Amino acid sequence: MSRFMALVGRDLRLAWRRPGDAAVVLAFFVLAASLFPLGVGPALETLARIAPGVLWVAALFAAMLSLDRLFADDFADGTLEQLALAPLPLELTALAKCLAHWIVTGLPLAVLSPALGLLFGLDAASIATLTASLLLGAPSLSLLGGLGAALTLGARRGGALLSLLVLPLAVPVLIFGVGAVEALKGGDGVLAHFALLGAFLAGTLAITPWAMAAALRQAVE
Amino acid sequence: MAMPSIHFLANPARFQRFSARILPWLGALTALLWASGLYMALLVAPPDYQQGETVRIMFVHVPAAWWSMAAYALLAGLGAALLVWRHPLAALMARAVAPVGAAYALVCLVSGSFWGRPMWGTWWVWDARLTSMLLLFFLYLGHIALSRAFDDSERGDRAAAVLALVGVVNLPVIKFSVDWWNTLHQPASVMKLDGPAIHPSILTPLLVMAAAYLALLVFLVLLRTETEIGRRRLETAALTGR
Repeated sequence: MSRFMALVGRDLRLAWRRPGDAAVVLAFFVLAASLFPLGVGPALETLARIAPGVLWVAALFAAMLSLDRLFADDFADGTLEQLALAPLPLELTALAKCLAHWIVTGLPLAVLSPALGLLFGLDAASIATLTASLLLGAPSLSLLGGLGAALTLGARRGGALLSLLVLPLAVPVLIFGVGAVEALKGGDGVLAHFALLGAFLAGTLAITPWAMAAALRQAVE
Repeated sequence: MAMPSIHFLANPARFQRFSARILPWLGALTALLWASGLYMALLVAPPDYQQGETVRIMFVHVPAAWWSMAAYALLAGLGAALLVWRHPLAALMARAVAPVGAAYALVCLVSGSFWGRPMWGTWWVWDARLTSMLLLFFLYLGHIALSRAFDDSERGDRAAAVLALVGVVNLPVIKFSVDWWNTLHQPASVMKLDGPAIHPSILTPLLVMAAAYLALLVFLVLLRTETEIGRRRLETAALTGR
């Protein structure tokens, strides 16, 4: 466990010393979301209606943007080979890196979303639901994205390929995440959507570490 | 030997002898099935009392959906065979299956769209069945792109195998989407426990078309696998300079 936390701490320290990388992702999120009022027009009732979907899609794209560096730096300087030889199982290594990725990008995205929700004219209850759904959904995105990053390690045109692989798999997160806010507006219970988001997270948590480790082993072989 | 059947064709030369023997027969069978299936579907089968002549789109649409899903299951099985047993032919066959499966998925989506226009009054609805089928198509595209994204084709094979195994979770979602969610798309009417809810005059051409699609799938996969074996030989020859 201490090795696991040490790896998470290392990735967080690395991110802390290069704050620009995470900041660019957040800036992309804000920029992408703020293009929509310019594109669809500034009427607040329209914006409030599309806000959950827009913010979720923008968060999804922002997460994709940050993923291709997840293993690439360690792969390029040989750290990944050392990690593969280390006593910590590669499954847990991959999980630690995804946890660090979530803390560096997923968490700030969710924390930032209430401010954007206000700009889109969402009411307080919708903002709270949206933030909660992003908090619960973002770890799944980090795990699926980690799998995509591991699979495309060393590939030509990695970035676009990564999105092609991960976005179809991430569609359920988007559907249930947006569905929670829509259910709140429609007066239905939001609990079912959160339960499904949680179930999806549990499923990805169970499957993706093995697949990531398999992909990483292929990369360092 | 626990599983002789899967190891029998592991030797590419043996596979080539096997496929060279059956490919001509399979090609003839495929042509025969397509001719008779299309004849029955387009000329013999009665028009539906509600849908009229447009019901004939079903004979193109439904088998494409069935076999594109089955082809993905095969792709995942080949991925498992590659990762577990390092079966040498599984990688080549997976490369052969993926574009055919993608083409079937596309045929299903496009023909469904043509059918939806007169029946539902719209080319497309964003419901669970259509969306999950679209995702299957994207999973195929991802598999094709990933398997070709590396300079070392074996690395691409194995990465794509992992992706195929992860993507297989989408299959039950497609199959049961019409039962879980109430949508415009009609629920399953052939694959039911208490027997198909379709009249034999429609069911027979549908099954013949399903057999035709299957024969074409097997024919194309064998042919493409042979091509892939040849391509790998050329690659090796180019590398070793012989």
